[in-house]
Amino acid sequence: MANDKVAYVQNEGIDKTCTRILTVPKDMGRPIYVYYQLDNFYQNHRRYVRSQNDAQLRDAGKANYTSDCAPEKKTSDGSPIVPCGLIAWSLFNDTYSFVRGNENLAVNKKGISWKSDREHKFGKDVYPKNFQNGTLIGGGKLDPNKPLSEQEDLIVWMRTAALPTFRKLYGKIETDLKENDTITVTLENNYNAYSFSGKKKLVLSTTSWLGGKNDFLGFAYLSFGGLCFFLATAFTLAYMINPRKLEDPLSLSRTKNLLDH
Amino acid sequence: MATHRPLLAPSPPLLSPKDPPDPQGPKLPDPIPSPLSQSYSRRTGSSRSRSSDKTAPDPLGELRSGSILDRPGSRHVGRAPTKRSGSERAGSQRELADEEARFVYINDPARTNQPVRFPDNSIRTAKYSVLSFLPRNLFEQFHRVAYVYFLILAGLNQVPQLGVFSPVASVLPLAFVLGVTAVKDAYEDWRRHRSDRAENARIAHVFSDGEFAPKPWREVQVGELVRVAANETLPCDMVVLSTSDPTGVAYVQTINLDGESNLKTRYARQETQAVAPHAMAGTIRCERPNRNIYGFHANLDLGGKKVSLGPSNIILRGCELKNTAWALGVAVYTGKDTKVMLNSSGAPSKRSRLEAHMNRETILLAVALAALCTIVSALAGAWLHTHRDELDDMPFYRKRDFSGREPDNYEWYGIGWEIAFTFMSAVIQFQVLIPIALYISMELVRVGQAYFMIQDKDMFDESTNSRLQCRALNINEDLGQIKYVFSDKTGTLTENKMEFRCASVQGVDYSSGGGGGGSDEYGGAAYNGPSEIVNDKILRPKMTVATDPELRNLLRAGTGYKARRACDFFLALATCNTIVPIEVDTSDPSVKLIDYQGESPDEQALVYAAAAYGFVLIERTSGHIIIDIFGERQRFDVLGLHEFDSDRKRMSVIIGCPDKTVKLFVKGADSSMFGVINRSISSDVIHATKTHLHNYSSLGLRTLVVGVRELNQKDFEEWQLAYERASTALVGRGGLLKAVAASIETNLEILGASGIEDRLQQGVPEAIESLRQAGIKVWVLTGDKQETAISIGYSCRLLTGEMTQIVINSYSRESCRKSLEEAIAMCSKLRTISPSAPNDRVALALIIDGNSLVYILETDLEEELFKVATMCDVVLCCRVAPLQKAGIVALIKNRTDDMTLAIGDGANDVSMIQMADVGIGISGQEGRQAVMASDFAMGQFRFLVPLLLVHGHWNYQRMAYMILYNFYRNAVFVFVLFWYVLYTAFTLTTAITEWSSVLYSVIYTAVPTIVVGILDKDLSRRTLLKYPQLYGSGQREEKYNLKLFILIMMDTVWQSLAIYFIPFLAYRHSEIDGSSLGDLWILAVVILVNIHLALDVIRWNWITHASIWGSIVATVICVMVIDSLVILPGFWAIYHVLGTGSFWLCLLAIIVVGMIPHFAAKAVTEHFMPSDIQIARELEKFHNSDGANRSEIPLRTLMQQQQP
Repeated sequence: MANDKVAYVQNEGIDKTCTRILTVPKDMGRPIYVYYQLDNFYQNHRRYVRSQNDAQLRDAGKANYTSDCAPEKKTSDGSPIVPCGLIAWSLFNDTYSFVRGNENLAVNKKGISWKSDREHKFGKDVYPKNFQNGTLIGGGKLDPNKPLSEQEDLIVWMRTAALPTFRKLYGKIETDLKENDTITVTLENNYNAYSFSGKKKLVLSTTSWLGGKNDFLGFAYLSFGGLCFFLATAFTLAYMINPRKLEDPLSLSRTKNLLDH
Repeated sequence: MATHRPLLAPSPPLLSPKDPPDPQGPKLPDPIPSPLSQSYSRRTGSSRSRSSDKTAPDPLGELRSGSILDRPGSRHVGRAPTKRSGSERAGSQRELADEEARFVYINDPARTNQPVRFPDNSIRTAKYSVLSFLPRNLFEQFHRVAYVYFLILAGLNQVPQLGVFSPVASVLPLAFVLGVTAVKDAYEDWRRHRSDRAENARIAHVFSDGEFAPKPWREVQVGELVRVAANETLPCDMVVLSTSDPTGVAYVQTINLDGESNLKTRYARQETQAVAPHAMAGTIRCERPNRNIYGFHANLDLGGKKVSLGPSNIILRGCELKNTAWALGVAVYTGKDTKVMLNSSGAPSKRSRLEAHMNRETILLAVALAALCTIVSALAGAWLHTHRDELDDMPFYRKRDFSGREPDNYEWYGIGWEIAFTFMSAVIQFQVLIPIALYISMELVRVGQAYFMIQDKDMFDESTNSRLQCRALNINEDLGQIKYVFSDKTGTLTENKMEFRCASVQGVDYSSGGGGGGSDEYGGAAYNGPSEIVNDKILRPKMTVATDPELRNLLRAGTGYKARRACDFFLALATCNTIVPIEVDTSDPSVKLIDYQGESPDEQALVYAAAAYGFVLIERTSGHIIIDIFGERQRFDVLGLHEFDSDRKRMSVIIGCPDKTVKLFVKGADSSMFGVINRSISSDVIHATKTHLHNYSSLGLRTLVVGVRELNQKDFEEWQLAYERASTALVGRGGLLKAVAASIETNLEILGASGIEDRLQQGVPEAIESLRQAGIKVWVLTGDKQETAISIGYSCRLLTGEMTQIVINSYSRESCRKSLEEAIAMCSKLRTISPSAPNDRVALALIIDGNSLVYILETDLEEELFKVATMCDVVLCCRVAPLQKAGIVALIKNRTDDMTLAIGDGANDVSMIQMADVGIGISGQEGRQAVMASDFAMGQFRFLVPLLLVHGHWNYQRMAYMILYNFYRNAVFVFVLFWYVLYTAFTLTTAITEWSSVLYSVIYTAVPTIVVGILDKDLSRRTLLKYPQLYGSGQREEKYNLKLFILIMMDTVWQSLAIYFIPFLAYRHSEIDGSSLGDLWILAVVILVNIHLALDVIRWNWITHASIWGSIVATVICVMVIDSLVILPGFWAIYHVLGTGSFWLCLLAIIVVGMIPHFAAKAVTEHFMPSDIQIARELEKFHNSDGANRSEIPLRTLMQQQQP
């Protein structure tokens, strides 16, 4: 069953486009960040998280550096895969496009990755080679004419998530959205989430100084602040009801000693 | 000690023609017939063998029987047999069996070294050579179990399937520790190599081919003749064959060997003394090399004539020859066989109680570690099982590998193996749960603590210019948990500087002079006591003794029976001893001081006293004594001498006086003397003397009784015959000689008795009071007799008037049992009288003597004694032998968990010091035996108070806290890792970089614990000394126990939950990457554990501030550096995450939430359940804020004012 689904998703001949309609719950100022969220995807799995080669990504001359990359190390004829490893191999490849009414909302895919990664971790002269040519296709393909430093989807993907439920930045919509705007999302459902029994979600979010929307921290601050306040009151009350007399240490020790014997 | 006090050293035959008549000394007295001269020399010769026979027997063996007691009265005559019990005894009375013997052919090294070659004389204290350094050093270092654990985990990590850390990261900490230690060891060893080389290259003069040729020390062989000149150091252990002194005496200083600076005498055998080097021949059959520096047992075979050799015939390597132009000897032990080398073992290694407890908790942690790993591997197994169908192409697992020709499984060994691998990886990942660095931190902390103890001015002894010595570096914290102190009396509570106080002569007590004075050294002009002018030089005794004017006048008057008896009394004091007078130059060239060198301080005191009364001992040779009596030199011939032995408990000397009478002077303990004194003569004197003796000993004086017997010619000849027979006997010579002595030492006339004071050390009563208040039981174990012990007990406030004394003096097993049962009944009765008013209960003191202990220790009565003794507040054991001292310590140590401490100064305390949990040596008058065996050495008894109450308390508190804190900080980290593992499909990845994991316990959090362990002080020195009760905290193990461990582990879990789950929940559905979250976690852990520590630090100073806040800063820097390395996946993560608000909010929340339980618990305990320490701390604070002017107000009133 699962294999059928996988086969379905992996069949490039089948069109997997579908549409969803979203209603904006409240006004959103630009930029609006578009995230995809995967559930149950262990980007922190031990087999996965190491499955890349740093040198290869950085340096065009080190394409042969494929250690740690198994089982996506080399093609069956022995030539190295660039970028090698499971992380790159499993690149997320759903695509989204947004339409508000008749207006096409452009998704800016520039600058979604860390500048430090673009400039230092991924080489400007490193081009994908033999990528996604194997028997088993893990995910997205890369434009072999674009250097890795410009493949921002890959860069974002390769900064592996800390937790098994994670979001990754897909792009930015540089338009303000109004409350009750209806947005039609056309998505190409290419990425196979069946293989890991996962779910895919699309998230549109603005950001504040805190980052994205975060209920937990507010809740935590209120509840633990309340606890601290309660404790402080309790201590004060207890102290006022039963203030401790400064006792003579001599007598205290003596009684204790006697108890010991 | 007896081994080097054979007084009848060979002297030149008295009547030999070569001997010029001494103008001052008359010829041999008439009663001695001239034919005696030949036998005399033989006699004296054999007297040495007597001495060797006496000392060769294993003194410990004697002691084991428990029958020999170190009696105070007899100490002065020689406490040798009991004194040297510490070191192992190897000598024995039995004849040496051939296979146990070493044969040394004098002046024939070639034959000596056949068939077995003895080691050459090179020594090697260095441990390693260039080749052996690495393997041996590593081998030694890996004796630590912790390192082995480390190594195994690092090894496991190298297995590809288990590799949690990169290979370099996994071995880095171990390599670092090993490397530092190895460098330190190498440096030390290099220094040892250098000193070895220098030592081995020193030049000795060895006889070969008719002359003494220089030869490096390392080439000296067994059997070679070695000549040593004055002030030279002995290259090997050698038997003295001849010396520059015609009598064969050689003086040596053994300071390098046992630290005793007085000169000791060694003798060449008469048979070899006159032989020229080239004619030296013979065979020495001696024991195998052994460690006993006070024993030597050998025979010298001189062409069929066998003579025995004892410890007085051997000079050991390391000694220096003094006052002797040269000494010639034959090397018997060389190089590593020498006694000094065999004795060069390190300080004793003990393990502290805290460390023992710590191991218990370590095991708990190991169990916890196993549990965590089991959970992880079980969950991993379950996960793999549920996902078994998806693993093939799960993007983050990808079991199938298509890169080969055939699709294959990639790193898949079946679910069972995967579980096993997970388990082992988990062990590697969570290894720091068992804090390995703690062992190293503890050592560093102890070194630091020891530094402050050594630097403590309160424990600096100005009189000897000595500081505290920490010889054992691993039991510092035990000092804070002592419950029993076992103290020696002489030299520990007292100064062991004997001062002659009073004399009872002929039944008259002369003690008025004894009040003041003391043993001041002579200044110069002020001196008006006896002095002697020889060749325009003035000779004076070095110490002055206050004299009784009445007695002085009596002596000066000089006529009448009474005066003659008084003269005899002081003559006895001046002659009947083993003191050697040595002239010492002073700044004034015309004045010379006589320094009385001798083994026993009592004898010295007596000789100085005799000198003060006008009987100045000027010269002592083996044959005669010259005494300056009121300015007139008189020569006395020493005709015979019976040394002290522990059966007779007295010594005697036979003196040929200038008036041609022969007198036997005997001095000894009262118990032994009154048995041999003729009661029919002057019974009133005996009675009066007994009364005086009782008074003296109740004053705490050490007493001696002196008797005399005039020998007529018949008596003397009988004695001489018997003596000769005994000394030439082949078997049982020692026993026969004792019998001879006992037969002549009868029918004595009493001369009088002396009282010698051994002053209490400064501050002893106060110290004992403090220790008692601190809940430490002080037991005094002394060799002194009961009266003396009790009076000292009173004067040092150990005993008080209100105490009920239980005295046990029994001479049989049955009466012991009875006494003990009565004592138990009495104790329980007294204890039940007033159970309601505990403060008014009757204090009990148990006084028990060594005789009774013989029947109690190591029998079933021990249990009863234990009951009585623990019910009593004070225990005083008198007349106990060294092994009994150890037995009493063992009595407590084996039956309770209480920590014991033994303190003593003499060699007779060694066994007790080694038996107790903590052994303290007083570096006093009695040599360094006790110090060598001790864990700590100090100058005065009273230093025990700052050592225990202040440093012991501090050390215990800090070390206890440090251990718990180390458990905590590592466990927090491990738990954070563990929670994360639950969200990685149980695959043991960490968000925290492996470098941070490695550095966590080495850099991020290590320094503050060490600094706090060394520097934190919960209370000031003043408070601790003021309220000794505060010491109870350590005795009750308040700072380290299972309950605290469990509590802190619960806190640990809470804090780890806070650290992990606050960011987890905050970032649950965000784009946060692993490295950023890892950086948040590591920073949160480090900040939280450091703030936890900061909350518990009491005494802040800039070092503490620097280390705690510096560690946090260092961590941030390290994390930044790590995240600046482009090769690592976390590149630049820290800079990204620092810029987000949620990072800071999370951090703040973690710290607040994490600290809530610790802070709340601290607040509750400090305010509602304060410990003694907390109260004292408040008092301290209160005092300080209250201003200095009120600090003198007693606390009690201050507190009453506080309360409405």
